[in-house]
Amino acid sequence: MTENPLRDARDRRLPRIAGPCSLIMFGVTGDLAKKKLIPAVYDLANRGLLPPGFALVGFARQDFGTESFAKLIKQAAKDGARTPWSETVWKQLAAGIRFVPGEFDDDTAWETLADTMAELDELQGTGGNHAFYLSIPPGLFPVVVSQIKKHGLAESSRGWRRVVIEKPFGHDLASAEELNRIVADVFASESVFRIDHYLGKETVQNILAFRFANGMFEPIWNNHYVDHVQITMAEDIGIGSRAGYYDGIGAARDVIQNHLLQLMALIAMEEPVSFNASSLRLEKQKILANARPAARMDLHTAQAQYVAGWAGGEKVRGYLEEDGVPDGSRAETYAAIRVDVSTRRWAGVPFYLRTGKRLGRRVTEVAVIFKRAPHQPFSKNDIEELGQNALVMRIQPDEGVTLRFGAKVPGTTMEIRDVNMDFAYGGAFVESSPEAYERLILDVLLGDPPLFPQHEEVELAWKILDPVIEHWRKDTTIDTYPSGTWGPPSADAMMAHDGRTWRRP
Amino acid sequence: MEIALEKTNSSDIAKALVKARSAAGSPAMDMVLTLLVVTDDDNVSEALKTATTLSREHPSRVIGVILGDGRGTATLNAKVRVGESSSGESILLRISGELTQHAESVVLPLLLPDSPVVVWWPGKPPAVPSQDAIGQLARRRLTDAEATDSPIRSLKAVARSYSPGDTDLSWTRLTPWRALLAAALDQSPGTVTGGTVVAGSGNPAAALLVAWLESRLGISITTRRSDTPQIASVVLRTDDGDVLIERLDATSCHFSVPGSSPREVPLGARSLAELLAEDLRRLDADDIYQETIQHMLQESS
Repeated sequence: MTENPLRDARDRRLPRIAGPCSLIMFGVTGDLAKKKLIPAVYDLANRGLLPPGFALVGFARQDFGTESFAKLIKQAAKDGARTPWSETVWKQLAAGIRFVPGEFDDDTAWETLADTMAELDELQGTGGNHAFYLSIPPGLFPVVVSQIKKHGLAESSRGWRRVVIEKPFGHDLASAEELNRIVADVFASESVFRIDHYLGKETVQNILAFRFANGMFEPIWNNHYVDHVQITMAEDIGIGSRAGYYDGIGAARDVIQNHLLQLMALIAMEEPVSFNASSLRLEKQKILANARPAARMDLHTAQAQYVAGWAGGEKVRGYLEEDGVPDGSRAETYAAIRVDVSTRRWAGVPFYLRTGKRLGRRVTEVAVIFKRAPHQPFSKNDIEELGQNALVMRIQPDEGVTLRFGAKVPGTTMEIRDVNMDFAYGGAFVESSPEAYERLILDVLLGDPPLFPQHEEVELAWKILDPVIEHWRKDTTIDTYPSGTWGPPSADAMMAHDGRTWRRP
Repeated sequence: MEIALEKTNSSDIAKALVKARSAAGSPAMDMVLTLLVVTDDDNVSEALKTATTLSREHPSRVIGVILGDGRGTATLNAKVRVGESSSGESILLRISGELTQHAESVVLPLLLPDSPVVVWWPGKPPAVPSQDAIGQLARRRLTDAEATDSPIRSLKAVARSYSPGDTDLSWTRLTPWRALLAAALDQSPGTVTGGTVVAGSGNPAAALLVAWLESRLGISITTRRSDTPQIASVVLRTDDGDVLIERLDATSCHFSVPGSSPREVPLGARSLAELLAEDLRRLDADDIYQETIQHMLQESS
């Protein structure tokens, strides 16, 4: 294929528009699809980033007609869209919407799907380009992937086929390897897009730009200056209606394995030789391969469940009272672990990772806490209120960077106190950051190699977490924390043991 | 908060800004650029409204400059506004008398430190924007040929005096058309052998479109007049068949490429604030614009 003469790398006004293609969604009536995926597709269309003739195919159990399905999509898009609603954009999108009802093990439904894809290639001009989006519980992956293979949908004489899978990628090392075996059997590894929707590409690129485009942070980014790192992902909500999924998984496997360890790798990795996906992965893998949970897991891990309490002015139920949670469940809704990275740069700098439901507020951040100045010329009284300098990368909400340092309190007495210097992406740039899903879907359709983990990284992360889960399994009881607070006493004890405290994010 | 100052100077205006900012409750500055709007009494309110809308998504210090009567004593009146539904701050300067020859001396002390400066002439631009006293302060200079009495002549004038950092808003208006045409050739990679652009007469965006297509594709484009002032349709003849994009109404167009069935796609007109937002996204020189206007000048000479 020859280069398009109208395109030029220097012409940054022209948006990159995906080529003609379709997105085939499994589990399209699920919560995630309705709240995130469909609005993201609409927002992409509204921003003019989808190709003319884009098609969206839904495959789900419900027995809709294409029309009532279109209605459901329209409602979901209207409710969730970030950009203003436009009937023209919708009309264009609606022309490419199809629905295929059926069970995943029903061969006739799959034949209908194959026919629909062929019809779209003809009518909508999708040209044999199809992406499968598996927005379904991992238990259903094997059947769906093997059906894709059985009906020959994964290969074609023209165009490309890609597959998107959502976290969790397995529930331990063995299951992750098994999952990878199933998917790799049908799709080449560059066609597999694993998404961790908590960690959008935008965020990854923001971290990389911050660390490597600037000269002033890298020199202190090591164990000479950094005391420790705290990585937090807190949610103020409970598990809602997801008991079926959550109870078997718990906070550590739900969040630490993918999201927090990925963040840790991005913060700790060496500078990649280039910013292509494979060099990035290489550096992240080095960190993950050299990271281990602290040796004394009894001292340096914490797990707990939320109990009833008042959270943000509302009376809320405890975990065990949530709908669908089995009596006496000991799934953790809060998990904190210490990870040590054995590299020259990070030896002696612990990484504390914590996550939980029903905590004080919704926040995701990475706080790099620096060592104190080696000598203070001020009297002890003057610096009583001075903490450790910190650099906080806020990931959500309100993505940005906070620098915390000491400043003199105005007045005749010498008193030094911590102050914050804030930068917010939302305040400094024209466009608000696109939703993680918009970037992901666009990357899938453009065929941009994903910055998201491939199976090696997933497996390395399990190797870090599996021993902790194994250790926790021996505990018969579980610590608790009241809803709306910042976690259990055992988590504070874990920090106190190292002479440190959690930052209130 | 709004503070009006009469017969004032730059340092008093700067003091008023600080005062207004603390009164608004947030002494911190989170602004990323200074936008200078050089205009006249008739257009100032509309232009400042647009700049303030823009400032909602892109916090900036907007400085409106009204150059009044050049005769009489040098007078500077100012109005400073902070907060009130916009995230930046705005200063309106009314300059008259001898001071109109030295407006840059008023503006220079009011620029945000170390941040980019963009100047926008919503009406008639100076003869050579980059040599203009205020234009010289800016890294990006935006003119708007369509807002002048003779758009094509005006476009050619700014094109002749091009200096890196200049662009005309008619180029920005063209982006959706260019995006669709590029997408069409993504889908239909056959070699383009010729083409036609149908547009109203005296449309500067159409002139740029023709020049862009000719310079990128190395072909010559036929132009035809349409009854409407806008660009009505573009046809590109390729080895595999015709690419056709034809405006249907204010918000959509007909899009057909060889090898797939024709369809309707959105193609709406954008507001001035949206156009400016696109331009502010890039603060470096636009090389493609430069190549396009060079081609346009070559063809017309």
